[in-house]
Amino acid sequence: MDFGNIMLIAVSAILVNNIVLAKFLGLCPFLGVSKKLDASLGMGMAVIFVMTLASAVTWIIYEYFLLPIPKNFIFRFFHLFDPSVTPSMFDLAYLETIAFILVIASLVQLVEMVVQRISPPLYEALGIYLPLITTNCAILGVAELNTMTNHYSFIASVVHGFSAGIGFTLALILMSGIREKLELADVPPSLKGLPIAFMVAGLMSLAFLGFSGLKF
Amino acid sequence: MKLTIIGAVLLLGILGFLFGVILAFIARKFAVSLDERVAKVLEHLPGINCGACGYPGCSGYAKAVVAGAAPVNGCAPGGKPSAQNIGKIMGQEVSDTKDMVAVAKCSGGANNAKTKYVYKGLFDCRAAYILANGPTDCAYGCIGLGTCVEDCPFGALELSDNCIPITDYDKCTGCGICVRNCPKGVMHLLPRDQLIYIACNSPEKGGVVRKICSTGCICCKICEKECPKDAIEIRDFLAYIDYEKCIQCGICIEKCPTKCILDRGTGIPLPEPARVTRKRLKELKAAQE
Repeated sequence: MDFGNIMLIAVSAILVNNIVLAKFLGLCPFLGVSKKLDASLGMGMAVIFVMTLASAVTWIIYEYFLLPIPKNFIFRFFHLFDPSVTPSMFDLAYLETIAFILVIASLVQLVEMVVQRISPPLYEALGIYLPLITTNCAILGVAELNTMTNHYSFIASVVHGFSAGIGFTLALILMSGIREKLELADVPPSLKGLPIAFMVAGLMSLAFLGFSGLKF
Repeated sequence: MKLTIIGAVLLLGILGFLFGVILAFIARKFAVSLDERVAKVLEHLPGINCGACGYPGCSGYAKAVVAGAAPVNGCAPGGKPSAQNIGKIMGQEVSDTKDMVAVAKCSGGANNAKTKYVYKGLFDCRAAYILANGPTDCAYGCIGLGTCVEDCPFGALELSDNCIPITDYDKCTGCGICVRNCPKGVMHLLPRDQLIYIACNSPEKGGVVRKICSTGCICCKICEKECPKDAIEIRDFLAYIDYEKCIQCGICIEKCPTKCILDRGTGIPLPEPARVTRKRLKELKAAQE
């Protein structure tokens, strides 16, 4: 995997295929945590952190447990007892979603406990956002994109996870900046609060559509 | 086919078991030992998370106390009992904590004080204060938009018909949030057992006060002369009561020509204040909109 390709994946994940504004994943935290700039920054950092980790771990799980290829550990285990089995008998890719949820949830829990012990300042900074993103669909979506959809290599997966996290943070920070101003704007009463936020999100999504013309 | 099912069950079973074991192991290995005194201190706090101590909630204050950053008597709502209990846990002597209540040192309001413009903006004293110190002519008097009423975590303040906050002394804990949030500095903390107070906050000269408010302190010095214990002193054209000396005889209340000395026990010489609830604030807001 050459450097140009990696860069392409990164830029595409941050701008062109922005996880929130182009793929519409993770809309819940996008609207829930974008009221204040500080909070959105904390959430963004937590998402970058977890997405990168989850990309790495889910790639390993997918490659070594779910795919029907000779290096599948389940196949190898059965192969020990019965040499006649073939890898194609162990096509467990359909278990991807449930396996990934299990892996990501445990991983976040684990990371939270370790961080709390090793680095209290980081724990304070990530705070409540770390457990919040345990079941974030953006994390699961990125893991899915890495494996089932795009069949990235390990490094490409990690880079994609990291840059998707940056894309998420970018969208969140832009949104929170707008919403802080929106608080003071003269919005019609029936549109106050979430309705206007959804409209802003839609307009931002349209603006990000402009990046799809990006060429290298 | 059969092997796929067995494989699937095996996979999820092993993964689940593995992560369970790892999590249990890590939870034990990386357990963060919390100072047990934090929980004990927390037990003796009111648990209302008012933030009057300056820390984020009661648990934040408890942590700060154990870390030695906060004084043991820093919890105003908890008062004396919680300060003493926390002192015991921390092994410290508790310095005397006075029981205070918040009082609005102004009796101008909508009926008695003049205004210089009609304010039609955000319904908040702090917002009104930005516009030339608020709509009241008096630079020190109550604006009457009820910021203190909204901010009081105990619901101890209400706006009277005169648009002056009235304190419910049973609910007030003397936390001082209203004192901090009042842009004009109208709210003051007074000792709970002292009933007489000067209901004026203006250090302007008598003539100036007389022009803009009918119940302001005009610095006539009558109270200072009449007080049998010399407890009243005029500083900066405003009377102050020395609560160490005051015996609450009430002579000053009778003698004050502008009736700006009040007994908060009876409300004298105010007519029985028409007690209103937060409903009144909502009505005012609705009327403005």
